[in-house]
Amino acid sequence: MTFLLQLLNGLQLGSIFALIALGYTMVYGISKLINFAHGDILMWGGYIIYFTIPFFISMGLPLWLSVVPAILFCMALGGVIEKIAYKPLRNSPRIASLITAIGVSLLLQNIVMKYIGTGALTIPKIFKANPNLPVSVNFIITVVTTAVLLTLLMLYMNKSKYGKAILATSEDYDAARLVGINVNTSISLTFVIGSAVAAVGSLLYVAQYAQITPTMGSMLGIKAFVAAVLGGIGSIPGAVLGGFLLGIVENLTRAYISSQLADAFVFGILVVVLLVKPTGIFGKTMKEKV
Amino acid sequence: MKRLKKQSYIFSAVLIVALFVLVTLISTTVFKRYHNQLLVLVCIHVVLAVALNVTVGCLGQIHLGHAGFMSLGAYAAGLFAKSGIMEPGIGEFLVGTVIACVVAVIVAIIVGIPALRLKGDYLAIITLAFGEIIRVLIEYFDFTGGAQGLSQIPRLSNPPFYLALTIVSIFIMFSVMTSRHGRVVLAIREDEIASDACGIDTTKAKVFAFALSACFAAVAGSMYAHHMGILSAKQFDYNYSINILVMVVLGGMGSFTGAIVSAIGLTVVPELLREFESYRMIVYSLALILIMIFRPQGLLGRKEFQVSKIIQYVTSRLGRNEVDHV
Repeated sequence: MTFLLQLLNGLQLGSIFALIALGYTMVYGISKLINFAHGDILMWGGYIIYFTIPFFISMGLPLWLSVVPAILFCMALGGVIEKIAYKPLRNSPRIASLITAIGVSLLLQNIVMKYIGTGALTIPKIFKANPNLPVSVNFIITVVTTAVLLTLLMLYMNKSKYGKAILATSEDYDAARLVGINVNTSISLTFVIGSAVAAVGSLLYVAQYAQITPTMGSMLGIKAFVAAVLGGIGSIPGAVLGGFLLGIVENLTRAYISSQLADAFVFGILVVVLLVKPTGIFGKTMKEKV
Repeated sequence: MKRLKKQSYIFSAVLIVALFVLVTLISTTVFKRYHNQLLVLVCIHVVLAVALNVTVGCLGQIHLGHAGFMSLGAYAAGLFAKSGIMEPGIGEFLVGTVIACVVAVIVAIIVGIPALRLKGDYLAIITLAFGEIIRVLIEYFDFTGGAQGLSQIPRLSNPPFYLALTIVSIFIMFSVMTSRHGRVVLAIREDEIASDACGIDTTKAKVFAFALSACFAAVAGSMYAHHMGILSAKQFDYNYSINILVMVVLGGMGSFTGAIVSAIGLTVVPELLREFESYRMIVYSLALILIMIFRPQGLLGRKEFQVSKIIQYVTSRLGRNEVDHV
């Protein structure tokens, strides 16, 4: 029974990883950039939720509605970051955009540290507990939200005009441009969608852990990136599967081996995956062009 | 050209000896304890930055686990110093540093052979992962002091010695990177596929550069352990690796002079601006972004400060003047 419980806890953590990993995998797929700032966008979403909750309490509205301003804010933030920091570097060496991404991540973290504080802030319970259910409400909401978002995102990517444009752009910039796709719009749209999904992730995160810190995004982000690599970077279902696997492994390690070693196991998985199958579970092998 | 090079070497050696004598004199008379501490910190950061420059600048691969290798060196040297096998002193320091280097190089080879088959972003993320794994393991085991860290390491307070070690380290790295082996590494940075096609064993050369980098990170770690006397695994985290990366990027990826100058600058300037401490990281991150957008090659690009060039310039000016007189 405890094993099953741990498994479910892992699934819940994994859902949050999966939502963040979606943003990583989409952005990497389209611009070949590890967006180190993605986890920090999620962290900012958490702070927006923290600051808008008093408003929702005073209005008597359900607290989870605070995800709406968070989503809007994160979408704007993602778009602005892409325009200011990443767009000028689109044709530079990959090392330059990677360092910029690290810079953006540090900037987002340190602005919060400087102007809001380095300590953890506590967030009130967002979903009311229901003792009649065999599992926690948070678990059900997290897993269901992840499943719904994944389905919607898959439908959007494969059916809608803009989604198809994004897929085409990530296959080949120049060919996409030739057939009349606005590459810039596609790339911006990817960042905006990824950030919106991250904002939902931040709601689910604060609903479970009830506190936020300026540095929570970086470790969460790196682990989500591991999930994206595990599933095969660039693949949406891969990101979700990778997230679930990682969450379960982390939780089982914490429960049965050592809570200190959990991070080592997560990164150990990354190392093993990269060595055995660098393209991940669902990844495609790409030939390097000369 | 040969003569110029010889001139340059002699001139550099004279300059370095002069600098060394100057620092020795100042550090024993004028400098306060605080200044000496800062001097050692500058030396440590210079070695770290130059070592990272070997991987990031010369090999062209992002390395986000540099602090991990530094912590390996620091702990190896610290544990050796604490074991009491040798009397504390310069001899013990040197033996401890050699042990630290051996440990770091072994780990770098174990990590490097599989990891360096990967390219670009994947390498960055795998080095980050290894850096974190090293940190978690150091915190986990008991013989390293666990989360409390390692304390009461015999300290060595001798700034001129640290300076001498720094100069020797830079000299070794610079001469290796300008040798035949070093030029192979530079070729890989320029075009990996082409150098592979030319018959270069790219994995071997990459592991070589990576291990060199780790080796001198361990030297810096050993200096740190002997200077501070206490260690904790927490300080050698991802942010520390980034701080060193900022030094390399700011100075110019591939320029030894750039790494040295920016390591000195980024260590001394924050000390002078203590009251703006809380803005330091914001400025760091903005600097990273702006440099990448407006001057991706860094302040110095790949330029090096060369005495021979100055001599050449001066002699050519003198020569022209003579012609003018005639």
